[in-house]
Amino acid sequence: MAEFPGEMRYAESHEWARVEDDGTVTVGISDHAQDALGDVVYVELPELDMDVVAAGEAGVVESVKAASDIFAPVSGKVIAINNALEEAPEIVNESPYTKGWFFKLQPTDKNDLDNLLDADAYQAFCEAESD
Amino acid sequence: MGLRTPIYQQHLNAGAKMVDFGGWDMPIHYGSQIQEHHIVRSSVGVCDVSHMTVVDITGAASQRYLSFLLANDVAKLKQTGAALYSAMLNEAGGVLDDLIVYKTDSGYRLVVNCATREKDLAWMTEQIKNYQCELSERPELAILAIQGPAALETVRALLSPAQSQFVAGLGPFKGGFCENWFLARTGYTGEKGIEIILSSEAAQRFWQMLLEKGVKPIGLGARDTLRLEAGMNLYGSDMDETVTPFASNMAITVVMDGERQFIGKAALQAEHQTGLKTELTGLVLRQRGVLRAHYPIYLGAEKVGEITSGAHSPTLGYSVALARIKTGLNGDLEVLVRNKRLPVLKVKPPFVRNGKQVYKLP
Repeated sequence: MAEFPGEMRYAESHEWARVEDDGTVTVGISDHAQDALGDVVYVELPELDMDVVAAGEAGVVESVKAASDIFAPVSGKVIAINNALEEAPEIVNESPYTKGWFFKLQPTDKNDLDNLLDADAYQAFCEAESD
Repeated sequence: MGLRTPIYQQHLNAGAKMVDFGGWDMPIHYGSQIQEHHIVRSSVGVCDVSHMTVVDITGAASQRYLSFLLANDVAKLKQTGAALYSAMLNEAGGVLDDLIVYKTDSGYRLVVNCATREKDLAWMTEQIKNYQCELSERPELAILAIQGPAALETVRALLSPAQSQFVAGLGPFKGGFCENWFLARTGYTGEKGIEIILSSEAAQRFWQMLLEKGVKPIGLGARDTLRLEAGMNLYGSDMDETVTPFASNMAITVVMDGERQFIGKAALQAEHQTGLKTELTGLVLRQRGVLRAHYPIYLGAEKVGEITSGAHSPTLGYSVALARIKTGLNGDLEVLVRNKRLPVLKVKPPFVRNGKQVYKLP
C-alpha cells in the first residue's frame, strides 16, 4: 500500500512538495507514482539556479515502463538538486519521500502551495484514478 | 478478469503486480523488475509461462505436414529430443508466429505464442487437412521456465532421480519426456536454463519447491529485458505478418535450399530477387536515455526506420533496442528520444549472453 505522509502537499501530476523550516520547498515524486512507474532507470533534473514555474516542466523520470515529465509543484528558483539520483536512480523507488528527493526550490509565491492537494485529497485522487 | 494460469494464486502470494498480457492475468514483477533481471543473469529464477500454447502433432504424416507448414526444416530433427526454432509464414512470406518444435516419440510438440493462439490454431488446422496426422492443443498443461547459470543444478536437486539423470544427459536445446514431465534445455533469456511442461498440479507443487529452495520468481517484465539483451525477437513487436523472416534477422532459421516446398517460400524467393528493403538490427545508446518501441530513427533529415523494442539494459547499464531500418544505410543514425536526437550505434544482436556483453562496436 502506498504511503501518503501528512507533511507534504501533492500535485495531481504526482509530485510532492514539502515546506522546510527555512521556507524552501523540497520536491520529489510520490510513493504512488514510483510504484506505478516501476524501477526508475534515469532521472533528469533541472539545472541549478533555473527558474521554474508552477506546473511547468522541471525534469524527466524514466522507468522500465515509461518516461514521464516532472512538473514543478510551485514557481521558484532551483537552489539544490539531488545528485545522488544520477548514480543511483533506484533511490526514488526505495525512498521516495526522504533520500529520493529531486530538487529544492526557493519559492516565489507561497500561495502556489494552496493549489496543491493535502495528503487525504491526494490519496482519494489516486484511488479514483486507479479505479 | 483475465485467464489465469495454475500458478495465479502463488503469484499473488509472492507479491506479484499482475497485468493483462494477451488476455491473461500475468505477473509483471514481484517488486523490482531490474533485480529479477539480475537474479537470472547471476543465479537462477523461475518464470511461469503457462499462458503459452502447447500443441502436439501426431500421426504418420507429421513430418511432411510440418515440413510444409514451417520455414525451418523439421527434417533436421533426426532424433527424439531434438528441437528447432522456426517461423510459420503466410503465403506472402509474412511471419504468422515464431515457435519451437521438439521431436517426440509420437510426433512433434510445438510451443507457440499466447496472443496468436487462435490465429495459429485456425491456420494449422486449415493446413493439416491434406495430411494424415492430428493436431491437439494441450491447454491443461503448465510451463515453468527456470533460467540462470545455476538453473540446471538447482532443478536437478529437486527432480526425481530418474528425471535428474535425464536432465544431466540433455544437451543444450534438447528436450524430452521423463516420468510424464516434458523437460527441455530451452529458454528466452540467453542463459542456461530448463523449461518444464507439466500438469497444473505438478506445476503448483514444483513452483512451491523452487521457492522454498530460494529460487526467486521472475515476472514478464524481466523476461522481456532478458530476451531483448539476448537479441531474441518478440512476436508482435519485432516481427509480424507484414514482414518476412529475412527482414526480421531470422534468416538462419529459414531453409531455402533443396526441393522442399513450404508456405511462403515463393514469396521469400521473390523478395530475394528484388533485394531486402528493410532489416532488423540492434541499436545501442551510450548515453542517458531509454530507447523505446516506435521511436523514429533518422539518417540526417530522412526517417529511415523505427525501434521495434527497446529498454534500459540492466546488465549493460545503458539502453539497447531492436529496430527495423532501411537496408544499405551509410552514416550516423540518430533516434528521436523525447524531442532530442541522440546518436545510436548499429550493432549485431545479441547484446548479452551468459551474463556478459557479446556485441561488438562497429
